Formats: sequence, C-alpha cells, structure tokens
Amino acid sequence: MSLVGATAAELLSFMKKGETTAVEVMQAHLEQISQTDDKVEAYVQIDTETALKKAADVDARRQAGESVGPLGGLPIAIKDVLCTKGVATTCSSKMLENFIPPYDATVIKKLSEADGIMIGKVNMDEFAMGSSTENSAFKKTRNPWNLECTPGGSSGGSAAAVAAMTAPMSLGSDTGGSIRQPAHFCGVVGMKPTYGRVSRYGLVAFASSLDQVGPLANDVHGAALLLEAISGHDQLDSTSVPKDVPSYTSNLEEPLKGLKIGIVKEHYVDGLDGEVELTVREAYKVYESLGAELIDISLPNSKYCVAAYYIIAPAEASSNLARYDGIHYGHRTENFENMVEMYSRSRGEGFGTEVKRRIMLGTYTLSAGYIDAYYLKALKVRRLIRNDFDDAFKKVDVIASPTSPNTAFKLGGMINDPMSMYLEDIYTISANLAGLPGISVPAGISKEGLPIGLQLVGAPFEEGKLLRAARMFEKETGWTAKRPEIN
Amino acid sequence: MDYKVVIGLEVHVQLLTNTKLFSGCINKFNPDNPNVQTDPVTIGLPGTLPVMNRKAFRLALETAIALNCTIARFTKWDRKQYYYPDLPKGYQISQYDMPFSEHGWLEIPTTDDTVEPRQIRILRAHLEEDAGKNMHDETGGGGDSHVDLNRAGTPLIEIVSQPDITSAAEARAYLEELKLLLSYIGVSDCNMQEGSLRCDANINLHVLKDGETIPTPIVEVKNVNSFRNVELACEYEIIRQQKEFEETGKRLGEVEKETRGWDAVRGTTFAQRGKEDASDYRYFPDPDLVPVVVSDEILNDAQASLCELPAARRQRFLKEYSLTPYDANVIIEKLGAFADYFETVAKGCDDGKQAANWVTQDVTREMNDRGLSIEEFPIKADVLAALLAKVIKGDLTIKSAREVFMELLEVPATECTSAKIDQIIDEKGLGAVQDTGQITEVINAVVSRNEKAASDIREGKLQAAGPMIGQVMKELKGADPKTVRQMIIDHIQGN
Repeated sequence: MSLVGATAAELLSFMKKGETTAVEVMQAHLEQISQTDDKVEAYVQIDTETALKKAADVDARRQAGESVGPLGGLPIAIKDVLCTKGVATTCSSKMLENFIPPYDATVIKKLSEADGIMIGKVNMDEFAMGSSTENSAFKKTRNPWNLECTPGGSSGGSAAAVAAMTAPMSLGSDTGGSIRQPAHFCGVVGMKPTYGRVSRYGLVAFASSLDQVGPLANDVHGAALLLEAISGHDQLDSTSVPKDVPSYTSNLEEPLKGLKIGIVKEHYVDGLDGEVELTVREAYKVYESLGAELIDISLPNSKYCVAAYYIIAPAEASSNLARYDGIHYGHRTENFENMVEMYSRSRGEGFGTEVKRRIMLGTYTLSAGYIDAYYLKALKVRRLIRNDFDDAFKKVDVIASPTSPNTAFKLGGMINDPMSMYLEDIYTISANLAGLPGISVPAGISKEGLPIGLQLVGAPFEEGKLLRAARMFEKETGWTAKRPEIN
Repeated sequence: MDYKVVIGLEVHVQLLTNTKLFSGCINKFNPDNPNVQTDPVTIGLPGTLPVMNRKAFRLALETAIALNCTIARFTKWDRKQYYYPDLPKGYQISQYDMPFSEHGWLEIPTTDDTVEPRQIRILRAHLEEDAGKNMHDETGGGGDSHVDLNRAGTPLIEIVSQPDITSAAEARAYLEELKLLLSYIGVSDCNMQEGSLRCDANINLHVLKDGETIPTPIVEVKNVNSFRNVELACEYEIIRQQKEFEETGKRLGEVEKETRGWDAVRGTTFAQRGKEDASDYRYFPDPDLVPVVVSDEILNDAQASLCELPAARRQRFLKEYSLTPYDANVIIEKLGAFADYFETVAKGCDDGKQAANWVTQDVTREMNDRGLSIEEFPIKADVLAALLAKVIKGDLTIKSAREVFMELLEVPATECTSAKIDQIIDEKGLGAVQDTGQITEVINAVVSRNEKAASDIREGKLQAAGPMIGQVMKELKGADPKTVRQMIIDHIQGN
C-alpha cells in the first residue's frame, strides 16, 4: 500500500478501513514534497503544522464514529489565486506578495466543509496569465515528467503537484485553458466546469466572464469527487447558477451507451504536433471500440477563438487589475513625486511583463474609438462561437480534440514568443468563451516521455456526462495510472 | 444684451438602504470614525464580487416612477474606469448606455396662481455606487492625505435633467421640489450637509444677437451643497458668462467645457479644470454582475407601493380644501405624515382654511417649541378636528379654543381626547355665551360705568368700544368679542 501516488478513492478506502489515518496520508505527502519539491518547485507555501492538526481532527472524528465529509482528510494543493483566510495569497505577483486575505474563497470554505485539507499553496503564472508558469514573480515550476520542461500554465503548480504525487488532487483556475493545458502537460486529469457551476468568490479575478475554478486529480474519480465538493450556487457570486449539483461520483462507473462524439474538422490544422494528433486519433478508436459513434462536425467560427479571447480577456484584466495601485495594497514604489507617478511607478515595478502586456492590450481595446472595432466585435464573435456549439450539441454528446497542439515545451522555449504561447490555448479557449465544461484526460505518452491529453467538451452543465465519458476511456486505457519517475 | 438662461442639473441622491449597493456592508453616515463601515467588497479586496442590493434597486425604481420615467425592462451594469485614491477597485460600477430609467419629468410649483406648474424634463436616472472620500491635511504641515471608505459603495441615484431650467430661482425650485419628492416617498433623507443630496449645475446662455441665437460655452459648477448656493452660483455664472461673452464673443464648441467650483464665502465660482483632455472612462459591461430584468410584477408592485406624490397632493389640496397655494405648499413641504394630519383635521371639522391655519401656525409652533414630530404631537388630528368643529359651529370662540388647545397639550396622552375638550370648557367656563339676556345685562352695567366712552361712540368714535369690550369679556368668559362689540355699539347708539 503506497499512500503517495494513490488515488483519492484509494486513500479514502484505506482510511475508512483503518489501514491508515489522515495524519499518515498527510505526512506521506509532506514527505513527498520535501523529497521532490526542490526539483519541481510547485509549492509557494506550506503550513505543515496546520495541515497535520486538521488531519488529526478528521482522524479523531472518524474514530469517534462521527460523520466525516466526502473529502475525509485528503490533502489538496491550492493554486495561489484562491483567497485563504490568514494565509498569504500572492497570485505569484510582487503586487500581492504580502496580501493575507481576511476571508476564505467560497471553494475553500466548501473544501473544508467536505473535510479536504489544504496541504499548501502552489505556484502559477502571475495573475493566471500564461501557459508555462514561467511568469511567476517567485519561482519557475518544472514538469515532473521532465524537469527541463514547463508544467504548462497558468495552473502549472496545481498540475505539477499532482503529477509529482505530492497531493492526489488540487484546485486550479481556468480562463483560457489554464487547468486543462497543464493537466495535459503533466499527465493528470483536469476539468474546467461550466461557467457559473462553481463560485468565483475569493478567486482573484483575471477575466471575470471566463474564469472558473476547477479540479485536477490523478484520476477521473478524484476530479469528480473534488468537483462535487466545490460546485453549487453561492449568494456571494451573482454569476453562479442556482442549480442543483448532481452526484458526479455515484454513476461515474456507468458507461455512456450510444455516446456520440463530435470530431471537429477545423481542429486538424498546421501547428498540431504529429504525435499529439496520432495519440488523439488512437483515443477516438478506443471510444469506437467501446461502442461510441464518431460524428464529424464543424465549428466554423473556431478560427476566431484566439483572436476574440485575446481581446476579451485582456480587456477584463485591465479593469480587474486596476485595484493594484500601490495605494490600498500592493507594491508601492519608494520613489515618486506626485500621485500619478506613484500609480505608474508602483504598477511598473509591481507587475511582470506578461501582465503589463495584457493590461496595455486591454486598455487599448476598451478605449474610446477602439471599443467598437475590438471589444464589442469580440463579444459578437463570442456569441457566434457559442451558437456553433449549441448547434453541435444537437448532434453530439461531447466534442473530442487534443487539449493542446504540443507536448510540454522546454522552459524558456517560448518566453520571447508570446504569439506562439497564445496558440497553446487554441483548443481550450472556445470552451471558456462559450462557458462550456471541458476536461483533459491523459491519453498517451510521447516518445520523449511526455504526457499527451485528450480534451472532451460538453454542453452546459453536462459535467456528469463528461466525467463518465472520461472514465470510460480511463478504465479502458489506464493512462491515468502512469506516474513519472521523480524520486 | 438679450439672452436666455439654460440650466441643466445633475443630482446625486443617496438612497436610504440599510446596506450598500453591492454588499451586505452597513450603509450609515459616520463622520467621526473613518473606515469602520467597510467589508471586503467595499474595499475591493482581491477575489471579492459585487452582488446587487434588491432594496436599493427597488427604491431606485420607486424614484424613477415618481419622476414619470420610462423604466427599462432590461438593464445592466457597467464599469467606469479611472484612478483615484478613494476609488478602491479602480473603477466605479455605474450604468452607461442602458440606464434603468429615462425620459421623465418633474413638475415644479409656482406661487403665482395664474401660472401653470412647470415641467422640467428628466433625461435619465441611473444607479451607481458612490466613491469614498479623500481627506487632505489642510494645515500644510505634513501634507498627509487620508482615505475614508465609509461612503464607498453606498447606493446613489443620479438624476440628470434636460436643460429646461431658465433661471437661478427655477434651479433652486427644481432642487427643492426634487428633495421634497424624494423625502416624501422615503427613498432618501436628502441631507445636503451629509452629502446625501449633491448637485452639479450645467449653465450657459443663449444670446440673441442680430436675429441669431448664439449658445455660450457650457460651464459645470460642481458639488454645490445647499439650495441657496445653487441659486447664488447660477446667478453668479449668468452674470459672469454675460460679461465673458461680451468680452470674448466665444461660443459653444470653441472652447472646452469648463468645470468650476463654488466658493460660498466669496460668493463666486472659480475655474477647477480647464483644457484637460476629455476623460476616457473605458466603459464596458461589468462581467461580475448579471443584467437586471424588471418584470411586470416588480414594476406593478413598486407602482402600487408609491403614496400620492407631493405635486398631485398639492393640487388636490388647492381644490378640495380651497387652500391658498402658499398654505398648500407649507403643508406639503412638511411631508406625508403632516399632510395626513392636516387632512384628518380638515375633514373632521369640515373647514380646510381653519384647519390649515391651525396646523401651519399653532400646531407647527408647538411642535417646534417642544421639538416634536407630528407623529409625537400630543393632540391627535381627530381631537383637534373636534375642537375646531366647535369653533366653526360657534360654540367656542377662537380665543377660547386656543386656551383649550394649550390645556390639552398639558394633559397626559391617554386623556387627550374629545371628551377632555368638553371637560376643559366646562371647568374654565369657556362655552360661548348664547344667552343674550345675560350679555345685555352686563353691557348695561358696563356702559353706565363708562360715560365718557359712551359719548365718544355716540359721536362716531367706534374705537372707544375697546376697553368696554374687555370689561364685558372679563365678566362673561366665552362671549364672542365681535358680538359683544356690536351689542355695545347698538346699545349706545340706541338702535
């Protein structure tokens, strides 16, 4: 019985049977962090004492026969974009280096109500902007499968923490693919729920209309379990949807009969890595062998996804990040003569390059004289993209594609080429623009030993269907059981 | 120089809600302790989200209905971006291109009976959150500035008039009527000192010259904080703009719109910003807030909950109770409960004029002296009505009624009833003396004691009756002095 690398279901079963305790589970993962994290550098903050205390509390209750929540003592890594009461929440930015929230994000509250335990806060691209976790102001996280490679981003820390077996599951946030792309790079399961399924209260905003918190885990069941715990309406977030949360775990094992899988013809274009394409086409065959029907579909406006996204996301970001002005909180320059200088220097010093690039883009596209040509046009494109999906989901249950065109790239490989970096999100972005749920599930390993993911996108609030489809594949192939050699 | 004055007012009104516009944070004026009425949403902490206060929206709806506005069935929230230390998020949540209401009007009364009430058109009314307050060190010592966010996030309704106002006095009348309306329907306390009603005035002239109408550049006078100052600032600007036009001949469009402040001490406006570039607020729909759909049900409910509005009530008072415009204004301006009191008295004694005299004079005076609201006033409307009914019937003189009124003010609340009125009249012998035989007897005696005065009256000096009236009254409490006077004169002149 190995605690490290075990799935959430396995750990829960061990604990329930009394074969181990939450404290032992926590200790094993903390030990794994101390053995691997100087190489992976996923964690930015760990409070061993609190984590063990909470684990001991869960054990005590379990032993006393009291009720224990569905996450009953499991260690969970938290992306440092989620506010945690009394624990620094930095968004990997100098701007928020010293920010200690006086409140918990709703998902953090729900997590702890379900008896999940935060094992630590993990690294990310600054303010969730980036696809490599190289934009962190503090450290560069590495891919546990190959330490020369990035773990993807912006939830790179969340994906790397799970891949490195320092936690069976983690929370990330996905604005344009920030959960799914690193899940694909790191060989774990990552899911972006429907917009409005999970409360955003306490998620430090990047692009409010696109952001969504979601689970990463080392198997589909873990993702389902974590999603179930964090979903639901929240009065503190008016964009969260008042809709009941089904039990994703209870019928996960039931295969979907007559599953119709949409294959998008526009997806197979220049820039798609041959090995990735091959792996994904293999995955389709697996589904066919399981009785699924493959249906060719078209998403004619998908070619505009990246363009629309890089108008809308920076526009919202330029507004959301205005509050970091060096006055109320955030980094303040030491050198200024007047108020305007204080604002501009504080922001100039406090933000990294990628954040500044997007703030400038967004400020430009929202400015008088350009808003019609850019922002409002992008909103129209967004509507067309959603319409394409609505049409598609009349014919199919899920849409399958690669998660990202490439496997994990080398650290620094794209740092000077933001446009290529932006194309990393070409398959994931449309789900954010349309507000749809999407999941990336491991589907193979490249010749170089890097994981390859398969993405499934579903109709709104069809998380259950996606998870079951992902589970069918996982059961058949077992790719999620692969672990990197890291120790 | 022949010209027309063109004034439009932008009024910001703080709504009377318990909590702020987008959070559960308490909304209360607190000048003494800065930053005590804040919460994570108010101070814009990372990760916080706004959630609309339904009560604030409801009050805004009631306001817009009272202003005869068209209510949008679908309305959204926009972000207005600018940097200022008292703006915690770096943007203000406001409404840009789709305000929740537009195209209304406010009727302003005239004191002249012959002039019809004026309608000032309302361009739009929208909801927005207030910013905080910067407090600068005025001593010149440290040059410190402090930011107080107690006010940040409080609900404001911005009411923008069309430029229909044609004089400084009318600007004041508009503002007073607006304040009355908002106080009447209870959506705001409209306290200008506490900033719950703030006014910016846009002023220019339309100069008539050589058969042409030339608009002068528009000047915005910011944050004028009393009715009087609004009037004074407009008057000052009108004269200043005349002179400026005569000197420069500059017309609208030739210079940037100017923002001026009002110096109440000097009684002048002064330039604040001049040729600054137009601000680019980069408005866009707030993605954190869902649009608001106003259903028939919500709208009808808001409509039904509105009381009779002051302008309508004023008109009704003129007709139903034959009041003068002056009296009607005085009563209406004291708000709903007072007007209700008046109506009960007027109906109860069946004499609007008498009721108006009493409530605007005796009742008001005693309320002020005793520091009471009309709700706390010890003599209830039905009791006063009963008292006045006796006067009107001739059972009681006005003088005696005043005495009873003052007595009633002193009795315990439970005893302040119509029955008590009769008791006081009996005890004090205030009942009007109807027995003319008794009066004649007393008059005979008094006249015989006052020969000099009697002969004066015989010679036509009727004012000589005064001292004799007093003497008669002294012996006969409750006699009507007018009757007594006539009887004395008749007796002496032998009619």
